[in-house]
Order: sequence, then C-alpha cells, then structure tokens
Amino acid sequence: MLHTIIQKNSYQDSINLMLLTNAVATTEGISKVQIMMATPANKDIFKDAGLYTEELETAESNDMAIVVDTEDAGKVEEVLEKVEQYLKDQSISGKTQAFETVRTWDRAIKTLPNANMALISVPGQYAAEEANKALDMGLHVFLFSDNIPVVDEVQLKQKAHEKGLLVMGPDCGTGIIDGVPIAFANVINKGRIGIVGASGTGIQEVTTIIDRLGEGVSHAIGTGGRDLKEPIGAITMMDGIKALENHPQTDVIVVISKPPAKEVRNQVVELLHSLSKPVVTIFLGEKPTKHEGNIYQAYTLAETAQIAVDLLRGNEIKADYNAGDFSVPYVSLKQGQTSIKGLFSGGTMASEAAVLISDSLGLGTQITNEDGYVLKRDGHEVVDLGDDKYTQGKPHPMIDPETRAKFIEKAAQDEKTAVILLDFVLGYGSHEDMASALLPSIQKAVAHAKENDRSLYVVAFVCGTENDPQDYQGHINRLQEAGIIVKNNNNEAVRTALSIVGLQVHDEQKTHEVTETPAKEFDLTVSEQIMAFVNTKPSIINVGLKSFTDAIVANGTPVVQYDWRPIAGGNERMRKILSLLK
Amino acid sequence: MKYNSIDEANKAVIGKIVGSAPFLVDVVPAKEKIKELNEGKVLLHAGPPIKWEEMTGPMQGSCIGASLFEGWAETAEEAEQMLVNGEVTFIPCHHVNAVGPMGGITSANMPVLVVENRSEGNEAYCIMNEGIGKVLRFGAYSEEVVTRLKWMQNVLGPTISRALKLTEDGLNLNVMIAKAITMGDEFHQRNIASSLIFLKEISPYIVQLDMDAKQLKDVIQFLANTDQFFLNIAMATSKAVLDGARKIEEGTVVTAMSRNGKEFGIRISGMGDQWFTAPVNTPQGLFFTGYTQDDANPDIGDSAITETFGVGGMAMIAAPGVTRFVGAGGFQDALSTSNEMMEICIDQNSNFTIPTWDFQGACLGIDARKVVETGIEPVINTGIAHKNAGVGQVGAGTVRAPKACFEKAIEAYAEKLGLI
Repeated sequence: MLHTIIQKNSYQDSINLMLLTNAVATTEGISKVQIMMATPANKDIFKDAGLYTEELETAESNDMAIVVDTEDAGKVEEVLEKVEQYLKDQSISGKTQAFETVRTWDRAIKTLPNANMALISVPGQYAAEEANKALDMGLHVFLFSDNIPVVDEVQLKQKAHEKGLLVMGPDCGTGIIDGVPIAFANVINKGRIGIVGASGTGIQEVTTIIDRLGEGVSHAIGTGGRDLKEPIGAITMMDGIKALENHPQTDVIVVISKPPAKEVRNQVVELLHSLSKPVVTIFLGEKPTKHEGNIYQAYTLAETAQIAVDLLRGNEIKADYNAGDFSVPYVSLKQGQTSIKGLFSGGTMASEAAVLISDSLGLGTQITNEDGYVLKRDGHEVVDLGDDKYTQGKPHPMIDPETRAKFIEKAAQDEKTAVILLDFVLGYGSHEDMASALLPSIQKAVAHAKENDRSLYVVAFVCGTENDPQDYQGHINRLQEAGIIVKNNNNEAVRTALSIVGLQVHDEQKTHEVTETPAKEFDLTVSEQIMAFVNTKPSIINVGLKSFTDAIVANGTPVVQYDWRPIAGGNERMRKILSLLK
Repeated sequence: MKYNSIDEANKAVIGKIVGSAPFLVDVVPAKEKIKELNEGKVLLHAGPPIKWEEMTGPMQGSCIGASLFEGWAETAEEAEQMLVNGEVTFIPCHHVNAVGPMGGITSANMPVLVVENRSEGNEAYCIMNEGIGKVLRFGAYSEEVVTRLKWMQNVLGPTISRALKLTEDGLNLNVMIAKAITMGDEFHQRNIASSLIFLKEISPYIVQLDMDAKQLKDVIQFLANTDQFFLNIAMATSKAVLDGARKIEEGTVVTAMSRNGKEFGIRISGMGDQWFTAPVNTPQGLFFTGYTQDDANPDIGDSAITETFGVGGMAMIAAPGVTRFVGAGGFQDALSTSNEMMEICIDQNSNFTIPTWDFQGACLGIDARKVVETGIEPVINTGIAHKNAGVGQVGAGTVRAPKACFEKAIEAYAEKLGLI
C-alpha cells in the first residue's frame, strides 16, 4: 500500500534526495520508497515507478514528496524519522589533509614552488630516472630507494655535484635535515653536532645517544652505503662534510662509514684534516689506536656519540669510552651453553655486534656477510634480519616481528645458546610497539629453555629517544618487567652478552697525536644551493611512500605528496612514444 | 612542424582557446546552417561515426522521434522500418560544426543555437535543451515529445531568434560563463545559474516582441523551468572555441571528446579530423527509484565537449551542488577531482576563475600525452540514459574517457611526425 507524505515548501536538491532515497530504501519492511520534489517531470517518474498517488497530484514543485510502499503503516513514521535525521545531518565530515597529493612532477612543483628536496622511495628500477628529474629541477635528492646499479649512482652523484646539489643515498634509510626526521628516523633534539654517514641504523644509534646525553643534532646527512667505494669516490660524503664545515650552527662533525676503499678513505681523511672544526670518525670494522689532530677516531657507535658530546662541551677526551663493568650476577649456564645469538633488525648494529664478538674471540675486527649472517663462529651467530635475504616479499623486521620471532624460537631450541641479543629500533617508520609484539615469542623461548633445564639470557637495548612517536621508557620497562636485561646501547648490550659467556673485548687506550705534516689545502666552499640547504628549513616533495609524510608534517615542514606510478602504467611502448614526443 | 616543440604548438592551441570570443547570435532551423541536412533523409548523431544497427537504445529511439518529427513516418513502427531499411543517412554532428546531447539526433527542421567565435570567425551549432523527463535526447519519442519539438520549432526557436536580433551583437558567452562559474555551475551537470543568467539577458528583448500573450508566457515559463537550458549553449560554445583552436594543426591538445554509446572518440590538435576510439565505459552514479546500474546505457553524447573545454567534470570544484555525484563524497572529493584533472592539463583558463578553488582558473587544454603518462583519464559528468529506447533518463553520475583513445592518438601523432 502506498503512503504519501508531502512536505510543503521544503526544497531539497535532487542529488540530495537521490542519496536520501538510497539511505531510506534500506529500511526493513518497506518494499519501495521514492523521495523527490513534486515537479511535473518528477511526478512522471513516480508514475513510472508505480508510486503515483492522489496526494501527489496536488503537490507543487516546491514540495518534497515522499511515497512509501509498505504493508506496515508504522513504517511510515520510521521513514519520516530517517528523512529528518538525514536532512539534519547532511554535512559530510571532510577530512582535510595537511598536504596536497599530486600525480606529476609539474604539479608537485606548482604546488610547492619553494621545494628544495625530493624524498624518493619508488621501486629501484625507476629510481634513477626520477632522481635525474629531481636534479634537473634543481632539487637535492634523498634517495631511499635501493637496488640502484652503481653506474647510475655514479652518474647521479656526478651530475648532482656539477649542479651544486646533494644526492643522499641510494638506499638511504635515514636522515635528519634541520631537525626534521626523514624516512626511518628518530626524533632528535636540534643541536650543534652535524653528521655525515653511510649507514642507516648507525646514524640512528649515534643520534639517539647524543640526544639522550642531552645534546642535539644539526643535520644528519646520509650518503648511501657505497659512497666511499672506488667508483663513487665519496662525492656525497665530501660535499656533506664541506657543507657542515660551512654551517654556522654545527660545531662538531661526525663521520660514519662502512668499510671504505683505501684510496677514498685517505682522501676523506685528508679533507677532514683541513677543516676548522673537530671531527669524530668511525669506520666500521676498524679498531683505532689513536686520535690525530682534529680527528677523533671511535671504535663503536656509542663511543662516537660520547666523544662528539665531550668535544662539544669542551670536556677532555678520554682514551677509551668502551670498556666498563658489564658483568651479570649469578650467571648459571649448563655445560655447552656457550653461544650468543644476535638477532638484529638494524644492519649497522648487527655489524657492530659482529665486530665486537669477533674481536673478543681474538679473530680481528674484519667481518663478512653471508646470507645476512655477519658472524658465524664457534656457535656464535649474528644475523642482520633486514638483509635482502630476509625481506624478499616481507616487511622489514623493524616493522614486522614475524621473521625475528621465528629466529628467536630457533635460537631457543639450540642447546648451545646462552644469550639472545636483540635490538629495538624506535622512531618514524618503525613498528609502533615492537616490545609488546616480540615479548610473547621471547617469553616462549625462555620458558622452552627452562623446561629443558636451561637458563636463557636475553639482552636487549632500545635505540630511541623520549620524543619518538613510540614510548621509549615504556619499551624499556616492558622489556625489563619480562626479565630481559636492557642496556643503554648496542656496545653495552654486546659486552653484557659477552660477559655472560665469559668473553671480553680488549680495548685500546688511544693516544692523541698532533699531526706533523701540514694539512693539504682543500677548496672548502660549497655551492649556493648546498649552503641554502643546510641553512634553511627543508621543503619536500615526497615521491613514493606516503607514510614518510608523517614525520615531515609533524615537524610543520612543507611537503607535497607525489603519488608516483610508473609512466604509462609501465607500458614500455607508450613510454617510448612519450619520450619521443617530448 | 612549424613550431619548435610540441609544447610550443600546444601553447598556441590553448592561446586560441583563451583568446576566443564566442557569442550567441541566432537560433535557426538546422538545415539553414548545415547543408548536408537538405540532401534527402539525413540525421546527425552524437559521437564518432556509427551505423543504425550499432546504435544503443536511446539513440535509436531518438532517430524514431526525429523521423516522426520530420514527418518521414506516421508511426513509430513505420519509422523504425525505414531506419532498418537504411533509408536514412547518418552523419556525426562533429563533422558539420555541430554537437548534440545524449543521442545527439538532429534533423533538418530542428532549431539550432548558433554560436559565433569572433576571434576565429567560425560557428558551431547545437539543438536547444528540451527540459527533463520524456525527451528526445534520451530516446523518448512519444507524442508528447514530438509535440514539444514542434513547439520549439514553431514558437521557442523563432522567439529567441527574434530576441537575439534586437541585441546589438548577440550575447557574449564568455561573460555569462565567467559569471555562472562563480555561481556554482560547471556547465554539464549543473547549469541553473547560467540558465538564469540567460533568462535575465534575453527576457528584456523577448518582452519587446510583438507576439501572442499565451505564447510569450509559454516561452518565458519554459525557459524558467529548464534548469539545463544553458547546457546546449555551453556545448555549442565549447565546440566553436575548440574548432577555432584546432586550426593550429599541431600538438597534442585534445580538441574533442565524444561518445556514440558504443565508442568513445577523441580528436587531438595535431591530427585534425581523425577520431581515435575505444569502447565506451558505462557511467556510475545515482539512479531514480526503480532503476539500477543494470539499466544504464553505455556512455553517450557530444556533451563531453564541455570537459574538453575545461568545464563539466574537469571543473567539479566549481559546483558544490553536484559534488556528490563523485562517489558518495563531498567537497573534498570535488577538490581532489579538479586537482587530479589539473595533472593532465597544460594550464588554467584565467577567463573562468573558480572561487571555491581559490580563484584558480578552470582547467585548460587536456594534453593527451599527460593522460597516457599518468593514466589519469578525464572525468565526465553525465546524465544516464536507460538502455532501452523511449524510457529516458534514469540517473546521473560520472564516467571516465578510456585511456586507449589517448594512446592511439599520440601514437598516430608520433607516426605523423616521423618519430616512429
């Protein structure tokens, strides 16, 4: 049966009424409903729908007509209520975003004309092309993408250098530009220590320790892991060092490098000697015996941060920062329980652990990498679970606990395991609460060992700061409450693990030598663009991963999101035609 | 090529769009302007060329209605038989300086709006809007439809024509469009402001005419009732402007987008009259009660010439009143839509600044290269016809121009330039 309600002089736009009709049509117990303004044309539509009534005949164009087909007259009231509610509640909650989203470089530049940096995280095969476009537009490039051939890296960096621009990366996992955390990075207080570094978690470890010691970072410029290899020749590292030398707000410079090519290393060191500012260097895998002139050499990441802070504060530099008492009371291990299993999410931290363990075994400080295992000696194992080997088609272990959980389980089943060594890396990009995510696996592992009459020790450290998006102190508390030994940093955690199995690193007491030969002359000037880059707030075009905008927006930094897709959807023929039609 | 680059050629094309000067100057029987309509039984249709047997329901229905209107047949059955027998010649509107909404069916004695583009000296034509409900453009052909067409032929057309003759030099359409875009029109789905402006401009002249009082009242009433009256003026305007601009016979600016219910066709500035086609999509949108997506006819009509001009769906942000056709979204979605459309356009038309878009100009010059590069297909606001002849409009919504048309167009242009 048809019921008609005419609301006199109640004008609503036709689209609204169509949406309203859709919303009301779902009411149970009604077979049909139509809500329209009672214009002559609409009356015909009512007729066509079999919903024409006499009341409709008299309705006028400015009346809203509701016709309900239902056997239950009580439903009419329900429909009316819904109509009223809908009309009252018409505004659609608009989600305004803090940044604009674009699909082309053209529009990115138009939207953010003062942009000075492109943060590129597109798939490796396309990354060089996009980085070239960014350089052509006069933008510095932060290249998060990996799997970029060395030849492309050389081409990009040479081009950038000629244009007076920086290419940070490729495979640049972290950076801090004028206090703004970029990609996977911690929230670090702004301060007067400037960093140029070839490694992701190495920078994270050094910057978080600096922050926790009460100082801050001016810039942390990533270079990519191959910058100090032969074909590249430290192009980014050298430009970055010169930029910090010229940056008035930087008083101490820190250089972090993976094992470099010898020639390139010498060139960088010569440049460092020519600077007016003190420098702390760490070449991972080298065990320095002395400081030279303005260059202070550190063995561990923690020592790097500590020397930098003491230099900044004008304190006397100690001969060694690494040694200490890391003994654990009442250790009880079964016969044959002798090995450390280091299961790391941070690559540089894994390397550092491997170096220290290798050193304690008297095997030197050179390490290798086989399938992500940076150490595999005498039952000790240190694995970088962020290695490509373990991240094919899977999220990085800083984001996803699954791979590490499996390794923890495996380690617990190994009767030789005495210590499981873990890192927890906080900051933008990382899991929101990795402690809680991994605790069930850890507790299961400890319980499993106990059932077999073994004590299993778990040693961990948290790489983070009070201002990180995750809860730094909460992480530590949760881990400690679960019986995990939590140390301040990787160095301390590794040495604690070593002491549990009765091993120890012999540390060098470093002397401070005055450089005898006068420093080689270098042209320390950098381009106007690089000076502007270190002296002004960044303005960023984020090409690729949208989540990277979180940290940038949280810092009030201008950003435009470029939702990148392959040109012509990856259609090679069209791509070629387009390049011909430029 | 007489330009140094494609970019330069494209700039020349959009320069002609911005520099255009369209005026509404007359309403005349189509046959007076389109000589092809005098050569036997001829009908114009929307979109790229199509045969009777390939036409979808609404276009076939329109053909029947036009045949009845022209007196070629007494009954619908007779008309259909005649059409099936191939007694009627079909020509795309676009081939004779015309455009037509939905089916686009235009016959010799239907009055057409005449828009003159004074910057280039060319003209374009479009039939007048019949209102909503049972109308020819959606394939309805009942007696009511034919009666209204007769009235438009005998009363409405001549009245507007006489009124326009009283104006000094016609109605300046750039001015009317510029005003109406600030009043919430995007000139495809929403034309209520521009239709009112038209009524405001024309009525002082209409009331001066020596005519029957009943007829005068009917004309004014019709114009007052017909919210979409200006759509057809906007279509003729867009056609006149873009035909003027494509005198630059180079570049990759899209100069026409059009659909015949089966195929979507585009033209680009560098390829002259050639159509590049791909199967049409079916519009998605909101439906009148009793109808669903299953009833929707595939995309049809020349009205996408408005999007080609940079309004319609491209200017979604100008028309908050119809933004909810973009999915179930609101203002933000409209903003995103227009921002997205800017990704495939060369520039913005400062003649038509949009208040809700921070006074940015409407989209200007769709670059076929950018469509292919980004995969962003132009969005078109459209009415939705029932797939069966004679039912009429069943909803409204949006539809995208298929990317394949643009791929074919740039490939052909690369060939023409000898690049491949």
